[in-house]
Amino acid sequence: MTAELPPGLALQKVDERIMTLNVGPQHPGSGHMRIIVQIDGDYIVACDPDPGYVHRGEEKMAEYRNYITNIPHLERPVIHDSCNVLYPYVLGAEELLGIEVPERAKYVRVIASELNRCIYTMYWLAIYGIFLGHSTMFMWPAGDRELLIDLMEKMTGARVTHAHFVPGGVRNDLPPNFEDVCLRQVNYFEKRIKEYAAIFYDNPILISRTKDTGVLSRQDAIRLGTTGSVLRASGVDYDLRKKEPYDVYDELDFQTNVMKEGDSYARSRVPWLDMMESCNIIRQALQKMPKSGSVRVKLKPNPKGIVGSVYKRVESGRGSLGCYIVSDGKPEPYRVKMSVGSFRNLIALPYLLKGEKLGNMPSVYWSLNYWPVEADR
Amino acid sequence: MSSDSEKPVAEAKPETKPTSPPPAKPAPKPAAKKQEEKPIPVFEKGISEKIVEKFGDKVKVTFVKEDRVGINATKESVHEVAEFIRDALNYDHVESVSGVDYPADNEIEVVYHIGSYSDNTLARQVLELTTRAPRESNPIPGNDATKLPSLRDIFYSVEFHEREIFEMLGVYFEGHPDNRRLLLPEDWADLPPLRKDFAIKGR
Repeated sequence: MTAELPPGLALQKVDERIMTLNVGPQHPGSGHMRIIVQIDGDYIVACDPDPGYVHRGEEKMAEYRNYITNIPHLERPVIHDSCNVLYPYVLGAEELLGIEVPERAKYVRVIASELNRCIYTMYWLAIYGIFLGHSTMFMWPAGDRELLIDLMEKMTGARVTHAHFVPGGVRNDLPPNFEDVCLRQVNYFEKRIKEYAAIFYDNPILISRTKDTGVLSRQDAIRLGTTGSVLRASGVDYDLRKKEPYDVYDELDFQTNVMKEGDSYARSRVPWLDMMESCNIIRQALQKMPKSGSVRVKLKPNPKGIVGSVYKRVESGRGSLGCYIVSDGKPEPYRVKMSVGSFRNLIALPYLLKGEKLGNMPSVYWSLNYWPVEADR
Repeated sequence: MSSDSEKPVAEAKPETKPTSPPPAKPAPKPAAKKQEEKPIPVFEKGISEKIVEKFGDKVKVTFVKEDRVGINATKESVHEVAEFIRDALNYDHVESVSGVDYPADNEIEVVYHIGSYSDNTLARQVLELTTRAPRESNPIPGNDATKLPSLRDIFYSVEFHEREIFEMLGVYFEGHPDNRRLLLPEDWADLPPLRKDFAIKGR
């Protein structure tokens, strides 16, 4: 007797236990990133990251500018780590053009790259602190990174986006007296970050929120192709500065930091240990650097006639950064692809959050050392 | 103060140097480079020979240089080749997947950069596996001939990369469990933006 309703009008039964929650974009717990989580009570049953919010098409824009004019905008994805983001592109362009870089420029690059790694990691640490409600850990790193930003300003003239590395070397030589100032600041900086252990890493509240949450086993870290601190916190000793040394990293003595646990605590501790290793590298580089000499081989403004493809990679604050350049002989590259650490680590997020409590989402998510703007480029 | 007075002297020298030596410098470098390029890296050659021995005409070695090996596979054999690379050659993850549009050849090239964490001898190596899909001038992403087999069941790490290639170049990956958009806006209704016929406004 009852007439069937058309399918569009038929009521659908709702599973009351499962709720979909949109965290972000622009949320204090997610940054510029939307994480669609499905929760059952307090537990996450599924997670779908949606990174495309600040997409600016860097790769497409690179096809419209020549090798030199690409530099200021290819560093935009991570402005705090702009030297490292640009590094593989510059190395790739040098290989295509067949340029040999002066020795002093290589050391200047290593110093700039390590300073940038610390500047980025301090910013990341500040946000990690505020995500967990630890206000002191927001203010201390935010203040201490000013020391290094001042150094970079002395070196390049700009506080964040430096555009300092160019195919053939670096743009400017170091200012007079830079070595002494740098050594003094770095020594003080290292003393400061050692104090973070007492207030942050040994803090029982932090430990209870990060230990044994979001555990990524060694096997899964390899299988998912994660990189950087996420990989090293899971017990894989892989750092491109050691495994495939570029510029002068093979002449410097340092070690990679590896932890076995693979939980949020290990993932947040490895970048902090890396910063101390960076201070070590900077001190050695300042000592071994040739005291004088050229820092740049001048290029033609429109380098033409380069044919071929190249894939170069470096280790940044967030992991391996690769740049694939295809060139067909025109002044502009035919295709530039940036393979970035944030994008590669994001794949682990759904696996890590499954079965976690919603309250642990910020600590697991931000321990991936994720930079939203870099992931969608 | 002493370092201040030393610096200008040190800086003055290099400024004159780059102007005069460049004509002399480039001449020995290409010669030195050619000498370096001539001997084929043995280790890398061994890797490429193993693949050629197994697959014969199905694959083509595009280049063998230091730490890099380039292999070109056909659309039909790429899945099989990738499986061999993982199981027999110990490569365990994909670092990067790039798509390159070639409108002149009517093809889109997909490039997998494959590396290894678990095998220490391969730590420096990157294997470049390329394959090509037919390209259509009026693309309907997902519903045209621009299709390739997905490598998701071999390398988990390609999951997001292949989703990116799908939206940016319109290459549909058959067998991928989750062929959705990743980066573009939800209401994107234009050409796939990384194709060469998609022009930036004002250019």
